[in-house]
Amino acid sequence: MKVDDKLVEHLAHLSRLEFDDVSKEKMKFDFEKILDFVAKLDEVDTKGVEPLVYMSAETNVLREDKVKGEVSQKDALQNAPKKDTDYIRIPKVIKN
Amino acid sequence: MSIDYNKYETVIGLEIHVQLNTLSKTYCSDSTKYGAAPNTHISPVSLGHPGTLPVANSKVIEYAVRLGIALNCTIRERNEYARKNYFYADLPKGYQITQDKTPICDGGFVNVTDKNGDPKKIELTRIHMEEDAGKSIHDIDPFDSLIDLNRAGVPLLEIVSEPVLRSGEEAYSFISEVRKLVRYLDICDGNMEEGSMRCDANISVRLKGDTELRNRVEVKNMNSMRNVQKAIELESKRQIGVYENGGEVDQETRNYNAAKNETSILRSKEDAHDYRYFPEPDLSPILIQQDYIKKIKSTLPALPEELFSKYTKEFGLSDYDARNLTETKAIALYYDEISNHTKEYKMAANIVMGPLKSHLNDKAIEIGEFNLSASRISEMIQLIKDGKIANSKANKELFPLMVKSPDVTVQKLAEENHLIQESDSDALLEFVQQAIAKFPDKAEAYKNGKKNLLGLFMGEVMKLSRGKADPKVTNQMIREELEK
Repeated sequence: MKVDDKLVEHLAHLSRLEFDDVSKEKMKFDFEKILDFVAKLDEVDTKGVEPLVYMSAETNVLREDKVKGEVSQKDALQNAPKKDTDYIRIPKVIKN
Repeated sequence: MSIDYNKYETVIGLEIHVQLNTLSKTYCSDSTKYGAAPNTHISPVSLGHPGTLPVANSKVIEYAVRLGIALNCTIRERNEYARKNYFYADLPKGYQITQDKTPICDGGFVNVTDKNGDPKKIELTRIHMEEDAGKSIHDIDPFDSLIDLNRAGVPLLEIVSEPVLRSGEEAYSFISEVRKLVRYLDICDGNMEEGSMRCDANISVRLKGDTELRNRVEVKNMNSMRNVQKAIELESKRQIGVYENGGEVDQETRNYNAAKNETSILRSKEDAHDYRYFPEPDLSPILIQQDYIKKIKSTLPALPEELFSKYTKEFGLSDYDARNLTETKAIALYYDEISNHTKEYKMAANIVMGPLKSHLNDKAIEIGEFNLSASRISEMIQLIKDGKIANSKANKELFPLMVKSPDVTVQKLAEENHLIQESDSDALLEFVQQAIAKFPDKAEAYKNGKKNLLGLFMGEVMKLSRGKADPKVTNQMIREELEK
C-alpha cells in the first residue's frame, strides 16, 4: 500500500509527533513495509468467520466496588519526566 | 439591520455526563473521593502503565441499569467496550475506555414541561458507560500545565438526547429533570458547579418549517444549568446573525465563557478529532439478563413522577404543591413519612413548604440535618385539626419550639408554652361574662342594634385569655350572652 505525505502527517498529528523531511521519508518506507506485511492476512479466506476480539470466552468479569491497590503519591509520580511534590508537570498546552 | 429572530427555530441536542458516586473507579480500584491531595488516588492501572489490565466495577453496571430503567430505555443484553484514541496529557493510556457501537441503554425519554407549561417528551438516543480523564490545571504555574490523575478513571454515564430541544429554557428543564432523577436514584450528586454533572450542547438553527438540519456547533464548558440556557440562547442568536448576514455557520466546537457571556472557537472542523474507535480487548463483554434488570427494578426508590401522581391523584394536592414537594428526594421522603401518620395532606404540604422550608433556608441546612421527626409534624397537625391551636400560631410559635425540643411531645410543648387555645367553654364563658360586665353601656348599645361592637368584646376576651381563646367559639358565645 502506498503511504503518502498526507497520511504520515495526519498520523503524526494524531500522535502529537513531528518529523523532519528525512524522517518522514523513513516513516513512509516503514509504514509501507508494515502494511504490506499485514496485508498478507488478506490472502486468507475468512468468509463466515467472526472477527476475534477477545482471547477468552469469558463474560461478566466484574469486581466489587471496593477501594484497594492505590500507590503512594511519591511512587505515582516517580516515572514522570517532570514533576513537583504534587503534580506531573507538562509543557503548557493552552494559552492563558 | 434589525434581525427577525422569530423566523428561526433552534435545534438542540444535549450530551450530559453524569459522574457516578461509586467508591472506586470504573476499571480499577482507586478511590473516587473528591478533594484529595493531587495524585494520591492512583494506581498503575489509572497511570496507564504497560501490562496493567482493567477490571470493570459491578456497581457501574448496576447504576447504568438503574438510570436506564428510570429513563425508560431499552437495556442492551450484550455490552462491549471500545477504545477512543486521542493524545492528551491527562489521559495516560492514550485512549478512553468507552462504549461505541453497543451503548448499555438505547432510546428512552424524559418528560419535561416546555415554555408554555405543556408536557413534552424528550427522546434520548443512548446512554453509555465511560471513564473520566484526569485534570489539567493551566492557571497555577506560568510555564507548565499541571496534571492531577485522581479523576482519571472515575465512572461516567453519558446521556445523549435526540436533537428535539427547541430552546434554552427547554434544555434547562431537561437538565433539571435529569439531575432530579440521578439524585433520586442516588447515583450522582448532580452538582454541576463541582463538575459531577457536565453538559455539552449541539446547537443549530433553521427557518421555521424547514425539516433539514443545518450545520451544528458544539458548545462546551457550561458549568451550571443557567449557563447552559444562556449559552444556547447566545449561540442561537449568533448563528441567526451569521445566516441573516449571508454567511454560513461552520461546524465547529466553541467554548462558553460565563464571565463574558460569549462563545469563542475552540476547534474548527479541520481540527476535528479522529478517534479511531476499536473494540477494547482487555475487558470481556458484559451480558445483562432480564432477571438482573428485574432485580434492579425492584430496588428502585419511588421516582418523582410516581410521587407526583400519588400526591395529585391520591392526596388531592395541586400540581404546584406536588411539584414543589418532589423537587428534592429528601423533602419528598419526609413529606411521605408525614403522610403515613395523618390524612391532612394539604395541611402537611403547607407545613413542609412553609415553616419547615424556611427554617432549612434560614439555617442553610439540608433536611437530612433536620432533627424533628415527621411524626411530630403529624402531632402538630392533630392539634390544629382539633382546634387546640390556630394555624398561624402553630406555624409561627409552636413550630420553632418543636425544632428546639424535638424530643418533647407537641401537645406538652403547646401546653407548657400556653399555646393551647381556650375552647373549654367554662373558662371561656367566664372571660366572656367578665368582658360584658366591664362595658355594660356597650352591651346595652349592642342590644339596641350596634352589632359592630362585637369586636370590642372579642378583643377583651382575647386580652383576658392572653390570646388563647378560639375565635370561632368565642364569637358565638359573646353573641349568645349578649342576646340573652
